[in-house]
Amino acid sequence: MLPAHLRNLARVGAEVAVEAAAPATIDSTLDALEARYPVLCGTIRDHDTLQRRAFIRYFACEEDLSHQPADTPLPEPVLAGREPLIVLGAIAGG
Amino acid sequence: MSKVRVLVGTHKGAFVLTSDGKRQNWEVTGPHFAGWEVYHLKGSPADPNRIYCAPSTGWHGQVIQRSDDGGKSWEPVGSKFAYEGTPGTHQWYDGTPHPYEFKRVWHLEPSLTDPDTVYAGVEDAAIFASTDGGKNWAEFSALREHDTAKGWQPGAGGLCLHTILLDPGNPQRIFIAISAAGAFRTDDGGKSWKPINRGLRSQYIPDPNAEVGHCVHHIAMSSQRPGVLFMQKHWDVMRSDDAGDNWREVSGNLPTDFGFAIDVHAHEPETIYVVPIKSDSEHFPLDGQLRVYRSRSGGNEWEPLTKGLPQSNCFVNVLRDAMAVDTMDDCGIYFGTTGGQVYASADAGDSWAPIVRDLPAVLSVEVQTLA
Repeated sequence: MLPAHLRNLARVGAEVAVEAAAPATIDSTLDALEARYPVLCGTIRDHDTLQRRAFIRYFACEEDLSHQPADTPLPEPVLAGREPLIVLGAIAGG
Repeated sequence: MSKVRVLVGTHKGAFVLTSDGKRQNWEVTGPHFAGWEVYHLKGSPADPNRIYCAPSTGWHGQVIQRSDDGGKSWEPVGSKFAYEGTPGTHQWYDGTPHPYEFKRVWHLEPSLTDPDTVYAGVEDAAIFASTDGGKNWAEFSALREHDTAKGWQPGAGGLCLHTILLDPGNPQRIFIAISAAGAFRTDDGGKSWKPINRGLRSQYIPDPNAEVGHCVHHIAMSSQRPGVLFMQKHWDVMRSDDAGDNWREVSGNLPTDFGFAIDVHAHEPETIYVVPIKSDSEHFPLDGQLRVYRSRSGGNEWEPLTKGLPQSNCFVNVLRDAMAVDTMDDCGIYFGTTGGQVYASADAGDSWAPIVRDLPAVLSVEVQTLA
């Protein structure tokens, strides 16, 4: 799932399905997302370092995955397509 | 009949305002890129349908959008601004070295002759260029590698390169300004840069006459006389008659010489406009009276222009890129405020009327005069 600004930028709906290379991790999922929608490069992760941008968070299965190593395998329900990986614009700035 | 298109960047999107040559009735479209901060958008002089726009957000960083139909539709192009080599450091507010980090684009300056070429002034201070319509960006790194660069310190708004002026008579010559480093010029298409701050005097830095370190807010130039530059500095309105080699103060009888915006009449190179702001700690007009000041003598003698502008309880600011002029026979002047008004004058400033009153805070105003 993508935040509103990125849906508008990539001209997609709230939920986008991508097939990530195994073992599917946050990074490999975002790699697949950016390959399909190059306009999203740099908007979730830094262009060069691929570090998560400061005000972006990753949630799945009611867990905050933002601070896990980016090569941690995604939870099984996400891999099975039952739950989304949520890319969220953090509530910040008032 | 000619038309005018005003491009307005705001805190929450971009707006396009169009009118016929009378400049009385306006069509407003937008917000484009709703919710994004649009520091600047500007049309190509070589192809007015080509417009470059720089939306950014704190969440998602910088993107560059391009229109090829005069702002009706937009396509995202390249957003990767990578400093050449190892970026190095500049001085932080506390005096310590601070690594260069790209933050955002402050200003886009399309080439005068090639619609696919556009320059970008960015924070932390650097100038980039694209020659493929905004898809790829390459830095003119000699500016950031200038001998003085390690000592550049950010102004209150960041270490931003906010002004880019292209010399219509010399394609190798570009003027830029950085807060708070000062003004620089290249005469070899960006291969080398020299500070052009002689004559600037800034009381708030250890050496008031230093080669760099001046908080230049904006520079304007008449295309008819590219060697003559006008500058609104943090304090002081300045003028150079030798392409920036030497400056002299022309604040004259201004009630305050602090401000951000400055521009030059399209057909009268000695007629210039500023919007005096009370002080560096009070960013609004004196006495709550919004007044543009015009000099018809290239500075020193100024007259207030008030007709149609609020003369009580007005406490907005007019930012550095938020004033522009059209090239109609009767030169039009435009400016936007942090209160969301865009004012237009179709008679060189004698009288004003708001085009819109309630936009988000206006960050930039540019004008295109269309055949």
